[in-house]
Amino acid sequence: MSARTLPLLFLNLGGEMLYILDQRLRAQSIPGEKARKDEWTDVDRKRVMNDIITTMFNKKFMEELFKPQELYSKKALRTVYDRLAHASIMRLNQASMDKLYDLMTMAFKYQVLLCPRPKDLLLVTFNHLDAIKDFIRDAPSILNQVDETFRQLIEMYGSLSDGEFQLIRQTLLIFFQDMHIRVSIFLKDKVQNSNGRFVLPISGPVPWGTEIPGLIRMFNHNGDEVKRTEFTTDGNYVIPQREGSFDLYGDRVLKLGTNMYSVSRPVETHMAGSSKSLASHAKENIAPNPLAKEEMNFLARLIGGLEIKKPGGSETGFRLNLFTTDEEEEHAALTRPEELSYKVINIEATQDPGRQEQLARILGELEVPEQRPAGTAKGEDLLALMDGL
Amino acid sequence: GPSRGRMYRKEKSIQLKSSSSALYNNLSVLRLPDKQLAYFSTVHGTAVNMVSATADGLSFSHRQLQVKEGGPALSASIVTQAAWCVLPSRVLLVLTSQKGIQMYESDGSIMVYWHALDVMEQPPAHAVFARGIAAASGRFICVGMSSGLVLVFDVPPKGTNVTVSEVLEEHRDAITDIAAELGRAPDGAGDLVTADDSGSLCIWSSGEEFTLLNKIPALGCTCSSVKLWNGIVAAGYGNGQIRLYEAATGILRAEVNAHARWIYALDLAPLTGKLLSGAEDSFVHIWKLSKNRDTDDVEIEHCHAECVTDTQICGARFCDPQGNSFAVTGYDLGEIFRYGQA
Repeated sequence: MSARTLPLLFLNLGGEMLYILDQRLRAQSIPGEKARKDEWTDVDRKRVMNDIITTMFNKKFMEELFKPQELYSKKALRTVYDRLAHASIMRLNQASMDKLYDLMTMAFKYQVLLCPRPKDLLLVTFNHLDAIKDFIRDAPSILNQVDETFRQLIEMYGSLSDGEFQLIRQTLLIFFQDMHIRVSIFLKDKVQNSNGRFVLPISGPVPWGTEIPGLIRMFNHNGDEVKRTEFTTDGNYVIPQREGSFDLYGDRVLKLGTNMYSVSRPVETHMAGSSKSLASHAKENIAPNPLAKEEMNFLARLIGGLEIKKPGGSETGFRLNLFTTDEEEEHAALTRPEELSYKVINIEATQDPGRQEQLARILGELEVPEQRPAGTAKGEDLLALMDGL
Repeated sequence: GPSRGRMYRKEKSIQLKSSSSALYNNLSVLRLPDKQLAYFSTVHGTAVNMVSATADGLSFSHRQLQVKEGGPALSASIVTQAAWCVLPSRVLLVLTSQKGIQMYESDGSIMVYWHALDVMEQPPAHAVFARGIAAASGRFICVGMSSGLVLVFDVPPKGTNVTVSEVLEEHRDAITDIAAELGRAPDGAGDLVTADDSGSLCIWSSGEEFTLLNKIPALGCTCSSVKLWNGIVAAGYGNGQIRLYEAATGILRAEVNAHARWIYALDLAPLTGKLLSGAEDSFVHIWKLSKNRDTDDVEIEHCHAECVTDTQICGARFCDPQGNSFAVTGYDLGEIFRYGQA
């Protein structure tokens, strides 16, 4: 519906991706001097984060992103993140990439759902950007790119009405409809039920600009208040202390969109699948013809703008596992429910040979190199230290 | 819970083929009392779920309507609303979407009319869609647009010869909801109200030519749902308030801090003046509207509260004209909850 949804969707999902990768890399990293050649270090972690953030905030890419356009399928969007996640020396197998995308999407779905006011979506986005700026605080050149995007956001969304923000929010909710993947950190914090649905509290601060429910006022034809009554409910609300800042810098007040992961908190996802009685929304995306022409064009535009440099000849990619062991990752790949499959892009779907060639080139770069035989996954020997994500 | 005794109790739910989308006024109910049937419809993405239920609540049949002219971009053919329009000689099911306006026979079996929206090649910065549906004067069906325009369709007693009778150009923001007088309008009160994203309300007198009677200016908050009864406008807002206005004068007569989140649906039971409100805060409230006979003041009192746990309500309707029963659905919910008099 709203043609201004994609920048918010992309940046918030990207922010969640960075939180997860950062946590996972920290959990697996070894102090530099002690690390073997195949083990993650702090230096590696910072490099991966910098590479991905640099790629994400690339000027050409941002230009494409901010153009008014409709949302495409989860599958098409997933392809962009595949590309982004491989913008550095890090490699992810399909199963880990699936898990990463599940975590990203469920986190942002939660944030969109619980946003007190629709325009607070912008504060959620700013929380992600503030955190991203903190990730790259040692690299001021990239900081400029992020600030530039910040300014673009303020320009595009700063003066939108509440009604227009609600339309963006409704568009996002349609995008996330019927996703009920259970996430361990949400289950533990009791923000998600065991059936995968989020807990909606009926207590706490009301949105900025909303009154606490209860008061009824009646007026006569002169406008004088003539009667006042109250009603009560099970709800238990309070007035918020202040409004979050929509400036380049400031206290956002809202906690949604801040980093909920820290090194000591393990996060799992369980493949809950969808309930049997309901046709899964995800099924709509599993069409015999995986991607239509317009979606391919969209991907070409967006991914074309990513300008990812391939790692140098002597450098090999290092695999990051989002699961605790390789066996767990393999098992997850084999047992992923059909309706949650994101499916591989089929480039034969396009008829135009010139376009086919261009897309083959772009999508060819998505090929994750097969595991090298000798101990490829960094930190494989550190099972004792690794927490599952 | 509320201090009164329970007025309503939960009854057997209706299962849907797909969950409801987070859209305003996303539940419509059509009663067919002589057939002992009721139809329910909710919107999911590019499709409309229709369920027909027998009065004893034991038997259901389902149908799904798709907006056929979809593009590859999933979000380009989203249905924004589905509602039955009851006219003296026929009942039509009207669907509004990003592609246009479709009118079906009441059981969704045959498409009677299709009005395409002017959609450009490149998506514009502003979304283009239709939203807001109401029957007026026993002859017209009014449909709102994202541009703020309201199309008035002249509907013949039978057949497909629907024509655009008039275009109302008064709103500057996307139309959210339209409501026709459900009771008896006092003189000068008009019989139609249109609401928009900015919170502006327009009161009209319908007919061969529609006349604008009153404009209630926006107060900085979206009006997502509106009802008109005996010359009283009941409006639900994004800040959780319900406001009652006098249609004839535009004067505010009551203000209720009703919900802690955005209101998504209002409905009114014309034989009793009961008002139903549903919002993102998980609450459904029943209110009673009345007029003080001595002072002529409009009064509203709270009757009942229902908390639909972990659900952002997006649709709520009374199932009978007295308001003895109501139905509710929410975002991501694959069912319609029903409540009846205890």
